[in-house]
Amino acid sequence: MRPVGELAGALARGEIGSLELVEDSLARIRELDPKLHVFLHVDEAGAREAADRSDARRARGETLGPLDGIPYALKDNIVARGLPSTCASRILEGFVSPYDATLVTRLRDAGAVLVGKVNLDEFAMGSSNEHSAFGLTRNPHETSHVPGGSSGGSCAAVASGMVPLAFGSETGGSVRLPASFCGVVGLKPSYGRVSRYGLVAFGSSLDQIGPVARTVQGVADALSIVAGLDPRDATTATAPVPRYETGDDSLLGKRVGVIRELLGEGVDPEVGECVRRAANECEKLGARLVDVSLPHAKYGVAVYYVVSSAEASSNLARFDGARYGYRAPGVRDLEELYTESRSQGFGDEVKRRIMIGTFALSSGYYDAYYGRAMHARALIRDDFARAFEAADVLLSPVSPTPSFRIGDRMEDPLAMYLTDAMTIPANLAGVPALSLPAGATSSGLPIGVQLQAPYLREDVLLEVAGSLEGALGWGPLPALVAEGAA
Amino acid sequence: MVTREQVRHVARLAKLSLAPEEVERLAGQLGEILDYIALLDEVESDTGEELTHVAVPERPLRADEPGACLPRPEILALAPRADDETMHVPPVLDGGGA
Amino acid sequence: MSWETVIGLEVHVQLNTRTKAFCACPNRFGDPPNTNVCPVCLGLPGALPVLNDRAVDMALMAAIALECEVQDTSIFARKNYFYPDLPKGYQISQFDRPLALGGRVPIEVDGERRQVALVRIHLEEDAGKSLHAEGDRGDTRIDLNRCGTPLIEIVSEPDLRRPEEAGAYLESLRRIVQYLGVSDGDMSQGSLRCDANVSVRRLGETVLGTKTEVKNLNSIKAVERAIGVESARQAALLEAGGKVVQTTLLWDDKSATVRPMRSKEDAHDYRYFPEPDLLPLVLDHARKKRVRAEIPELPFARRDRFAAQYGIPAYDAGVLTASKDMADWFERFATDAGDGKTASNWAMGEVLRTLKEKAWTIAEFPVSIDGLVELLKMVQAGTISGSAAKTVFARMVDTGRAAPELVEEEGLAQISDSSEVVAIVDEVIAGHPEQVASFRNGKEQILGFLVGQVMKASRGKANPQLAKEILHDRLKSGHPA
Repeated sequence: MRPVGELAGALARGEIGSLELVEDSLARIRELDPKLHVFLHVDEAGAREAADRSDARRARGETLGPLDGIPYALKDNIVARGLPSTCASRILEGFVSPYDATLVTRLRDAGAVLVGKVNLDEFAMGSSNEHSAFGLTRNPHETSHVPGGSSGGSCAAVASGMVPLAFGSETGGSVRLPASFCGVVGLKPSYGRVSRYGLVAFGSSLDQIGPVARTVQGVADALSIVAGLDPRDATTATAPVPRYETGDDSLLGKRVGVIRELLGEGVDPEVGECVRRAANECEKLGARLVDVSLPHAKYGVAVYYVVSSAEASSNLARFDGARYGYRAPGVRDLEELYTESRSQGFGDEVKRRIMIGTFALSSGYYDAYYGRAMHARALIRDDFARAFEAADVLLSPVSPTPSFRIGDRMEDPLAMYLTDAMTIPANLAGVPALSLPAGATSSGLPIGVQLQAPYLREDVLLEVAGSLEGALGWGPLPALVAEGAA
Repeated sequence: MVTREQVRHVARLAKLSLAPEEVERLAGQLGEILDYIALLDEVESDTGEELTHVAVPERPLRADEPGACLPRPEILALAPRADDETMHVPPVLDGGGA
Repeated sequence: MSWETVIGLEVHVQLNTRTKAFCACPNRFGDPPNTNVCPVCLGLPGALPVLNDRAVDMALMAAIALECEVQDTSIFARKNYFYPDLPKGYQISQFDRPLALGGRVPIEVDGERRQVALVRIHLEEDAGKSLHAEGDRGDTRIDLNRCGTPLIEIVSEPDLRRPEEAGAYLESLRRIVQYLGVSDGDMSQGSLRCDANVSVRRLGETVLGTKTEVKNLNSIKAVERAIGVESARQAALLEAGGKVVQTTLLWDDKSATVRPMRSKEDAHDYRYFPEPDLLPLVLDHARKKRVRAEIPELPFARRDRFAAQYGIPAYDAGVLTASKDMADWFERFATDAGDGKTASNWAMGEVLRTLKEKAWTIAEFPVSIDGLVELLKMVQAGTISGSAAKTVFARMVDTGRAAPELVEEEGLAQISDSSEVVAIVDEVIAGHPEQVASFRNGKEQILGFLVGQVMKASRGKANPQLAKEILHDRLKSGHPA
């Protein structure tokens, strides 16, 4: 359960070996996964091999980076050569990727150890991890509740101590939301900060891969390794990648903007309390609180559902039973190949999104939906730019409520979509954002607070988050885990 | 409000085959979602920018230098049906393509 | 009832880059199926497109050469439809913000030159190939080698009026893209493809009739024939009181007919939207300047210059500029020979005939320009006759040896020594008293016969010009008595 930074230190001092860490990880997975259903595929042999190589490098006295020998998990919509990538969908059941995501290549080069692929909402479409075709993942803090989604597996893996580090993906809050629900740190980098090559596309203008860890340090170390220009992804930024630092516990000189619109009615009182407490701690650390407004954020969910669904409807057209993935048996002609493979292979939520997206782009509707959405998106981006003139970082809840009971929002798609109302604006504007554990409900459900920073200013974001973390402490250990080994 | 005919039309475009109860259910759900999205009608759309890309074009394009391809056996191994050279799909019984 | 045909052409040109439009796979024709494929052009989950810089240059070059308004910023768009040879389920193309707008293509028909207006030019990627089984029953096989090849689409205004104009337009485009080095422009290989939009209207009418789109046109001839057939069909239909339905038709060259492509009514809602994986394409001044400097003299300009500079007929100049290679070759030849007219005669005559016979391109022609010039100079010097030179030429082609050797060996040297010729002439005069008398009595045309006799007596080696002169003198002066 020790965080990445501590483990790196222990490895460096020779107190433990990578193989030992991997065995611990595998043991914990064996013990807890039957209850939580986090992993879709565990690569025991591959992990042990990679761990051995790391230990050998250390034995040779080589200078190693902060992730060398550290076990990690990968959301199953990020491809790794030779391993299955299902995106939690029947349409990719059994699909083994012949190539590595750039993320995976960089992590391998840094010596990190891939333990396996974790569960998600099918094709990353969801906020609760209940939409997986291979069964839902449970919140380690309260197994009757959702871990959040779509990167529920990634966050539950870290929260339950199965791995100290995981990578998920965001389109509308899919790392921050489960991180908040699971009591871990989850980062969405700026759009274009981390390569999307090898991330199965959902909403291409919104998608980003994000690291999840128990501490801000872990997330910062991960980002330093995986961020940066990639010739294989034309949308990655050329800005150099610094070694991200986590701050020195002082927020003197920093202006923390509290987002007016996101603390009104509809926000659960315990959530509001966490944000207020966090704001308080910021002040105690020397920050000045300012009131900021994102007046067009209220359109965020609408814009998001048009843009992400439109892009998804196009991105998922490649799943047609022709060249890879699921092909419906007994199809007699091309039309049947397509409609049967897709209808049998995709789950309900995915079909819903494809339908929304296709509708929004279809003849006669483009201007009313997609056109309007693009205008509103520009306004939201401008809102952030204005807010960042007055503040260095923005503080707000991650979601109006803490985690909810499994099944509670499944009958009402719209209610599920509104879960993302506070995280979505950052994806639309492309700015970096992070969820930081900030307390819990009286029943022990973690609550995170959200910090957002200007485009490509992950340095400021991580610095402030690190300082605030010092004051707020780490997220709680799930009882499930505390009962077993520490 | 989304009609059943609209749902079927969109499903055809998206190559999805829906059972009658699915059509019914989707008509309702899509209707609700699209009603919500109509919130965007409040947004001024004659003036102002359309944000198509958050990232800014600032880097050189790819040089015209050949790189590695995937070995053919690996490609064909992914296909549900293939021979040594090509993947197979059932015939087009309707004039398709663009 | 007089009908006017209105034609617009959509032409796709494959660009000659080394790699594909959006990935680094080789852009090569004729390799074994599926050997030039990677995650990107295979459309694997997670793969992303990255634009080829050289494809941009080539597209820009074409746009500048065709006098388009180049757009400083253009946007890529997804054209969404399902087909087995389209792995992503969409084609990356350009929609409402293309690379270039307007422009014009020069054409010449029946000696008259004019400009055909263009609507736009944009960049896009090609699809793979679907190999259908015979008889519609077996599986379709997919080869994705071609998938992702960069294309430019050139759309003309409905500015053409006759099949011949369409043919001239395609020929002109072919030459231009070939001169620019951006494409082979070869319809038989598929590096240039054409769809024709055809409509008819009463002569004098300004409103356009309903158009049909004709596809599967695999040669310029096919385009011309198809337009003829389709416009006739539409005219007949309208004459009979019917209406033209806007559909897509397939041309069948064998039967010279069109038939409708069976497709669902809503199959063509492409749901275009801006491609999120590619950033807007910005064409800066430096790039435009650099590309403009690469543009060579274009076909019509070169042709006009050849006619003026080398004093050759327009038709010949046209033939000699049909390809850039041919034009470059001729330019060097004419310059080295120092005589454009003669060079043109040789090029249009022996050289082109040989190329056609042997199915060679000018690049494969085995005789060097130096060698050919040497041969020409031998004729100019009178060393060999014109007809002997043709024989020598053929031997040069077959053996690869130089003219002087061959002339020596085969004794083809012309007799240009006056005294030798005089001797032969005198012999002939002596041997043909009747004809000589005829000439001296005024029948001057008999000179030709006598020249022939001199040629015969000399086994073709006498310099015919010299023989004629000397014969004429001798006959007139009464020599020999």
